[in-house]
Amino acid sequence: MAEHRTPLTQWHTDRGAKMATFAGWLMPIQYEGILAEHKHTRGHASLFDICHMGEFRIQGPGSDAALSRAASHNLATLATGRCQYGFLLNTAGNVLDDCIIYRFGEEDFMVVVNAARTANDFAVLRERLPHTVSLEDISETTAKIDLQGPKSIHALENALKENFHDLPYFAFRKTTFNVAPLLVSRTGYTGELGVELYCAAHNALPLWETLLADSRVKPGGLGARDTLRLEAGLPLYGHELDETHNPTEAGMERMLTSEADYVGREGARTLRECLVPLRVEGRRAARNGDIVALQNGAGVGRVTSGSFAPSCDCVIALAWVKATHASEQNFIIRAARNKLQARRTDIPFYKDGTARAKLT
Amino acid sequence: MPINPAELLYSDTHEWLRVEGQEAVVGITRFAQDALGDITYVELPDIGSAFQAGQTFGSVESVKAASDLVAPADGTVTAVNTALEDAPELLNTSPYGKGWIARIELTAKPDTLMDAAGYDVFCATEK
Repeated sequence: MAEHRTPLTQWHTDRGAKMATFAGWLMPIQYEGILAEHKHTRGHASLFDICHMGEFRIQGPGSDAALSRAASHNLATLATGRCQYGFLLNTAGNVLDDCIIYRFGEEDFMVVVNAARTANDFAVLRERLPHTVSLEDISETTAKIDLQGPKSIHALENALKENFHDLPYFAFRKTTFNVAPLLVSRTGYTGELGVELYCAAHNALPLWETLLADSRVKPGGLGARDTLRLEAGLPLYGHELDETHNPTEAGMERMLTSEADYVGREGARTLRECLVPLRVEGRRAARNGDIVALQNGAGVGRVTSGSFAPSCDCVIALAWVKATHASEQNFIIRAARNKLQARRTDIPFYKDGTARAKLT
Repeated sequence: MPINPAELLYSDTHEWLRVEGQEAVVGITRFAQDALGDITYVELPDIGSAFQAGQTFGSVESVKAASDLVAPADGTVTAVNTALEDAPELLNTSPYGKGWIARIELTAKPDTLMDAAGYDVFCATEK
């Protein structure tokens, strides 16, 4: 199967980005280097090509009630112009995908899903929504570009000549760029102040180049995106979220506020394993799949993500640990080349993120 | 563009060797550091330890990957670049200079290594 290309793939390869296939898409991993791009995002602003993610439009009479039963999101508290993070669960209450739902109107929504899960999510939603509700996969025609970092709002305002200081966290607004629709959402996946931008695929390159014309903005690859999200303690589907763990185990119980009878609601709070944040001693990284053990050597879990954390200047990891041992403070990680000592910490690993900054 | 210095010898696992009489200095190549990306940790061999060509004598880790260091020749370690403990990024910024890894006393003449021209061709085939 040929790799999918985004409207920006050519731009990335022309600039010598290191490219790799991610969820079937040929994506930029790094331009200048992961550490430099990571630090630029924390200090200034970076632009990320996120066109691989999937977008669905759900609308029509009954869509509010039907979507409330299909996903864990609390649509009763979701106002028009706001978006919310939540989960698509299987009947056992485990996670089929994590996604953001945007409310465009009373009975009009956009759902943004992970690239690798798009086809499955669409099939699940089609099955759960009555046929009177329209479900459209708009991924192909929708481009997604993330602008993230403490300077992101200023750079966006400079590029669009429009004020966005009034846009609160997890709110969005429709505007225009190049006389075509542009959706600006005050959300992101780095722990920094920023926006996720949605536009027509053909408008992606002009928007990308306009934003990069600001000297504060540099392109960032998926490598930096991953170290940024890990430092912010944000889960990545396939690592911290999967079909054998529920949102409570992943530390997301606070998101389960919906009173609707949604699929998986009953099992969503069962606790078998807990996602535990760890600070690893030394400079050697723990990696996905490494066994987590107690001091006596008994295996009690496994690492889901681990990396040197550039802004914390230490090694951090997330791991599934049996619920019965999740409150232990000290663990041993059996890494590929030796044993590492790890100590329980809390998330976010990086405490100085600007994501929730109040701008007005 | 002279990427790989002409005076060095190269292994197919992307280490370099600079022979200086009975001793030699070992490092990883520009190609290797570029493939690994930002290097965050270097495991150095112990001074006095002996290795045969092809044996693992240490390891390097980057943000995204980890890789063994493979001895390019038979020898005994006489010195290691301890600067790498605090500044592993020297492997990225100066792979043939300040990013040297170890000095070894050769116990056999290296005979399986490539010259720079051969290594340039080898890298081209590695993509």
